[in-house]
Amino acid sequence: MPWGEFKNIVAERRLFQRRAIVMLLLVLVLLGLLVARMYQLQVVEHDIYTTLSDKNRVQVQSVAPPRGLVYDRNDVLLAENRPVFSVTLVPERVGDMQQTLAKLHGMLSISEEDMERFNRRLLEPRRPFQELPLRYDLNEQEIARLAVHRHELPGVEVSAELVRYYPHSELTAHALGYVGRINRQELQRIDPVNYAGTNYIGKSGVERFYEELLHGRVGYQHVETNARGRTLRVLERENPVPGEDIRLHMDLRLQRLAHELLDGRRGAIIAIEPSTGGLLALASVPGFDANQFVTGIGVEAYRELSTSVDKPLFNRALRGQYPPGSTLKPMLAIAALDSGAVTRDKTIWDPGYFRLTPGGRPWRDWKRGGHGWVDLTAAVAESCDIYFYEAAVAMGVDTMHQYLSQFGFGEDATLDVAGALSGLLPSRDWKRAVHSEPWYPGDSVNLGIGQGFMLSTPLQLATATSVIANRGNWAEPRLLKEVKGDRSIDEVLPTGSHQSIELENPDDWEFVVESMAEVMHGSKGTARGAGRGAPYRMAGKTGTAQVFSLAEDEEYDEEEIRERLRDHALFVGFAPVDNPQIAVAVIVENGGSGSGTAAPVARAMFDAWLLGFPAEGEALVIGSSAEASR
Amino acid sequence: MSAGSLFNQSARHPLSGPRGIWSVLHIDPILLFLLLVLIAGGLVVLYSGADQNMAVVKAQGIRMGVALIVMFVFAQLDPAVFRRWSPWLFAAGVASLVAVMLVGVGAKGAQRWLAIPGLPRFQPSELMKLVVPMMAAWYLSRHYLPPRLRHVVVALLIVLLPMVLIILQPDLGTSLLVGSAGIFVVFFAGISWRLIGAFFAMVSVAAPLMWFFVLREYQKQRVLTLLDPQSDPLGAGWNIIQSKTAIGSGGVDGKGWLQGTQSHLEFLPESHTDFIVAVLAEEFGFVGMLILLVVYLLIILRCLYIAATAQDSFSRLLAGALTMTFFIYIFVNVGMVSGLLPVVGVPLPLVSYGGTSGVTLMAAFGVLMSVHTHRRMISA
Repeated sequence: MPWGEFKNIVAERRLFQRRAIVMLLLVLVLLGLLVARMYQLQVVEHDIYTTLSDKNRVQVQSVAPPRGLVYDRNDVLLAENRPVFSVTLVPERVGDMQQTLAKLHGMLSISEEDMERFNRRLLEPRRPFQELPLRYDLNEQEIARLAVHRHELPGVEVSAELVRYYPHSELTAHALGYVGRINRQELQRIDPVNYAGTNYIGKSGVERFYEELLHGRVGYQHVETNARGRTLRVLERENPVPGEDIRLHMDLRLQRLAHELLDGRRGAIIAIEPSTGGLLALASVPGFDANQFVTGIGVEAYRELSTSVDKPLFNRALRGQYPPGSTLKPMLAIAALDSGAVTRDKTIWDPGYFRLTPGGRPWRDWKRGGHGWVDLTAAVAESCDIYFYEAAVAMGVDTMHQYLSQFGFGEDATLDVAGALSGLLPSRDWKRAVHSEPWYPGDSVNLGIGQGFMLSTPLQLATATSVIANRGNWAEPRLLKEVKGDRSIDEVLPTGSHQSIELENPDDWEFVVESMAEVMHGSKGTARGAGRGAPYRMAGKTGTAQVFSLAEDEEYDEEEIRERLRDHALFVGFAPVDNPQIAVAVIVENGGSGSGTAAPVARAMFDAWLLGFPAEGEALVIGSSAEASR
Repeated sequence: MSAGSLFNQSARHPLSGPRGIWSVLHIDPILLFLLLVLIAGGLVVLYSGADQNMAVVKAQGIRMGVALIVMFVFAQLDPAVFRRWSPWLFAAGVASLVAVMLVGVGAKGAQRWLAIPGLPRFQPSELMKLVVPMMAAWYLSRHYLPPRLRHVVVALLIVLLPMVLIILQPDLGTSLLVGSAGIFVVFFAGISWRLIGAFFAMVSVAAPLMWFFVLREYQKQRVLTLLDPQSDPLGAGWNIIQSKTAIGSGGVDGKGWLQGTQSHLEFLPESHTDFIVAVLAEEFGFVGMLILLVVYLLIILRCLYIAATAQDSFSRLLAGALTMTFFIYIFVNVGMVSGLLPVVGVPLPLVSYGGTSGVTLMAAFGVLMSVHTHRRMISA
């Protein structure tokens, strides 16, 4: 030990002890500082941090109300909710997005479309910690696989939600409409509070019109969550108010029959209960599977639907605007009688053509050579064009416009049918405004047989027919029959504003109805074939509408082009004559003649409604495709 | 040697039989008792902090058992052995730090571990917490105390060399602990107050330089976050906000054991390692924190007493420096978790889960016990 021998041991120890006391003081001061800090946090600011801590763990979550169910008039479920599992990601909690997606690719089938949509949503502005859906409608194996690997996948959650399901989708798509994810425009107009937990909104049809009723009121729950946002337990809950269940006038059996009758064709059938205005059937064929649209349809599938030459997405019943052709004649007959342009007994000679002025342009009758001597009844029964040319000129456009508008042409007269178009009821003012031309007498001639400028939707034709069946009484077409919950239907169904059509001589109704019955049962009636052998009396009117233009597509062979250039076949009618239970309008695109194609369809509808539906099996044989293609 | 120690101990405490056993074992019973209280309490808190994962508690218990054995072994060695070995240990330590730089392994961008085939993986920087104060004490105790300026300079260089090597790993937390251990030796050696003033002046000049040239981006971020944690509440500020929330919401008497929502709902990061004191504060409140700090204070008091009653300068300097290093652990950790200091990777001594720090700390306590139980008669 070279050191120490000369050192002053006592002095060194004293020196150390002095220093140790300094250190001890330092320790005491710093520990005192820590104690003071703890006192500050735990005693002085305790309330602040308690609040923070509660805010951390307790979150208010909105609870989406279950959407109201939709039934047909016989309580057959048309729209229900089923649980669908989807996988969602919270980007803020996903460590390595690429790696996570790669892992998920190994466990689920994720299409390129899913990825595209996900990546798009990832770039869009969104709330922090918002869940982004990656894939919907997981199957059970996929859910199980995710559950097993959940610990390796932070920020990945499987979420269940109730999603709309349409069990008879193809049949009801056009009438019911469908729900879909709320898009950005819709986000602007909805109540953000009530929709806080909702991802879907009615896009069309009943779903759209009764959105508020079907949606219900949002509920809330206070939940305890961990730092990863996973809900651990519910502390407090205010239940949502479920959407109201509703019942429609629609009869699914009739709706199915309508689809079967038009199977393989393009067209629409509307059936109305005249006394109530209730829409018994609202068919537009071809239909489509609305379920595809609920969780978001794929680009490819959508392109296929939207570019199909048959236009399955096009709702012909509400939005197809066709020249009504001869189906307009019963309404014009009422107009002509009541305005005095013709009398019941007025008879004309039909040589097969009509001229406004001697030597002028001839308007031809559909029957070459003409019908000979015809009165009003015969003119309706045989669909004599010449008679109505003369009557139209005698009435003039203003009179025709006045009467036809009372039948609901040129407006959307429905109460709750979303998206119905109003067609076109021409008038002097309209022509001047749109075509900058005066109304020519020739325009009246065309209007006399429902051609020219006039356009009408099948729904409008059915509505007008129903007004005739009611002998002038209005019952606006409506889908909703009943609200099953507490709310009364008067609260939600708009009230109709149409006045009954009052005629000078109310018996004119019976006269025109009888002439329509002649169409079905008369020896020369254009639809006598369709009316043959019926145990009840029916009234009707056939029609054909010329196809003016066709978007010609080279892909179709000549025969098909010729097929698609054929006239549209139309029919309107109701039955039984004395106590109408059902009024229908039928259009079969490129169906040829109304008597040959459309009238038998209407007869089948009448028979089913009045005499009973064919047994389940029989009905399915005719048009099984509607069921099978789902 | 052991016979002599036994004789000395018995001579000083002729009346107490049991204490005789302690001196045979070279264990200080008071210090051991305090440490066991701390470790046991730590395991209770850890059980909650690790979300009632018994495996974690068991692993920590085994680690603490090993650490107690290490303490026991170190306590058996005479301080003279440490003194004699100091230069060699220091040389080996510096060499292994250099080796870490060249062939070390690690994670998250830091090379801290040395894997020598045949030996368990170890962290040389951790050993330096013991070796640097030993070396500084060895060097300074060779000369008259208080030391002359040139000895102080050499001693500071001895401290600075491993510090720099550790900073380069980079491991700021350990480097600060190693550095402070060495600095405390210099202070205890009796360096003049004027020099201390000059040192602090130097630090205040060096601090801005450190900011621009030494600190990494993430370290700067931690300092900035300390000043304003709300500036980045989901990023760097998250830890501080959540740990302050945990502590503050604990209140006076806490939410109760296993009832801490901050830790059990995973808001509190690192709840069983560096931030475990927040778990304790949340569940046991201000009262629990006072008890913890009092236990720590008692340990420090006992250790300073041991240092003050040590027989030679080397033992005194080493014991004092190790005690103060222990305190620095406490202060930096609790200060960090409560938002007084920036986030530095320093565990709460003998409570936080994992790391080799527990073993090193217990080895240091072994050295202190050795100092206390190997005294000779002449000191009386």
